[in-house]
Amino acid sequence: MKNTYRTQKIAFSLLFLATLLIVIPVGLIVVIIIQKGLPAINWQFLSDIPRQGMRAGGIFPAIVGTIYLVTGAIIFALPIGLLAAIYLSEYSKDNLLTRLIKLAIVNLAGVPSVVYGLFGLAIFVVFFKFGASILSGSLTLGIMILPVIITTSREALESVPYSFREVSLSLGASKWQTIRHIVLPNAVPGILTGTILGLGRAAGETAPILFTVAAFYLPRLPGSIFDQAMALPYHLYVISTQVPNVDEKIRYGTAFVLLSLVLFMNLVAIIIRYQFRKKKKW
Amino acid sequence: MKKIKELLIEKLILICGLASIFFVLLIFLFLLKEGLAVFKTVSSFNFLFGKSWYPISEPPALGILPLIMGSLLVTLGAAIISIPIGVGCAIYIAEIAPLKIKEILKAGIELLAAIPSVVLGFIGMVTLVPLVKTVFHLPTGLTALSGAIMLAFMAMPTIVSIAEDALYSVPKTYKEGALALGATHWQAIWRVMLPAASSGIVAAVMLGIGRVIGETMAVMMITGNAAVMPNSILVPVRTLTATIAAEMGEAVVGAEHYFALFAVGIVLFVISFAINVTADLFLHKRQ
Repeated sequence: MKNTYRTQKIAFSLLFLATLLIVIPVGLIVVIIIQKGLPAINWQFLSDIPRQGMRAGGIFPAIVGTIYLVTGAIIFALPIGLLAAIYLSEYSKDNLLTRLIKLAIVNLAGVPSVVYGLFGLAIFVVFFKFGASILSGSLTLGIMILPVIITTSREALESVPYSFREVSLSLGASKWQTIRHIVLPNAVPGILTGTILGLGRAAGETAPILFTVAAFYLPRLPGSIFDQAMALPYHLYVISTQVPNVDEKIRYGTAFVLLSLVLFMNLVAIIIRYQFRKKKKW
Repeated sequence: MKKIKELLIEKLILICGLASIFFVLLIFLFLLKEGLAVFKTVSSFNFLFGKSWYPISEPPALGILPLIMGSLLVTLGAAIISIPIGVGCAIYIAEIAPLKIKEILKAGIELLAAIPSVVLGFIGMVTLVPLVKTVFHLPTGLTALSGAIMLAFMAMPTIVSIAEDALYSVPKTYKEGALALGATHWQAIWRVMLPAASSGIVAAVMLGIGRVIGETMAVMMITGNAAVMPNSILVPVRTLTATIAAEMGEAVVGAEHYFALFAVGIVLFVISFAINVTADLFLHKRQ
């Protein structure tokens, strides 16, 4: 008997150790980046163009480029993703087609990000002749975040109780009216969470934009959606591997800005979800 | 009028519902369209099992075995590190942690999942790479081992969250039954909960590994990018993904090198497709 409890103690300590082995490095990563990156942040760093071959100046064009790309991606992915989620939660029956759609979503989520880059290059840059441009990059990122948006929106729609729909339908509303006025408004927080998570994902990805939009060095702002643009993740990659002798401060500063942007979005998503759970009436 | 409008909307919804199938097919078709052309100059056997990758020499050698071995080595290393730690952490969160700590841990795991891979690559370069170099007395710390360690951290969030879901969805009565028969908490976890959740845990591991194979930026930044057959885990390697990312910028559209990189993309797509479909089967078996 004593032995079994000792086994349990050992086992639980090992499990705790495993947890620490994940949590401590995560904490360290965040702490290192904040500690070394925060001192590099000032108004000039955020608002100036890169100078002296990216060894001085700021990262403003990269920030703007990332904002353009992310906005473009969401403009493309949100309508399609939301309607796809409505289809899955309200219209689809339990049949082979639905099973195939779900499988396709899982696969879309699993396609390596660099393969998205290849796809974007082949279809948008070469086939449609958009060239390396914000348009090509946004569309590529948009397809990449589609699974995130579909999955979270579908969960949000499905969590609206069935009785809400029945009441609306029994009052004479049509199916679309019920979806539009009853189901959607109640699912907004969940859809918003998914959208923000998608934004965060798009902002941090590098591989899909490598050959579709990213400019190595472009010390001005893009003028139209057919222009190339700099982007934060690619800029971080460039200054940490491609350009020698870049000041540590600039590298850490860029990593800090990118990480803050992505974590901020995730934090907002978590807060919305938390608030929503608290307020939920059902 | 209203009827027509609704009909149109419902058709639009159906079309969007089918969009994911459409995009998966589209990705595959465009990869095939650009990639298959390489097999005019190199046989598929020599492509997959050729031992040298010199795409820009004359004539080019287009054998991707060194790249496949690089990917395998890094993935295997990452799996060995991340599976025990990830599953262990999942058990801890699902079964042992008090409610408050559980919420914090889950948020921490989500945080890890959200860190962009290029940031992880950067951190790996400045912390892990010098460490590996000094510990093993190597000429360079940019090795398969560094890549494997960093990638383990990218696999862990997937493994933890899906394995935790699997444990959570085991009916409470199983555990209660075991405890009522006099089993300790650990015996109930080890003998009852884990077997009951096994197919979900297998799926979690597979999806984690899928994430590792597809990971690009961090790997490209810290594995050293040497496209040669690796003979140990302490040498630089180059993975399939890193090859595409590093070389596509220089490849000329329509050249052999360009086609070859797309063919590498086909290999990656097929691998990730196989992993995801199998993992999905395991997940559905549970339900």
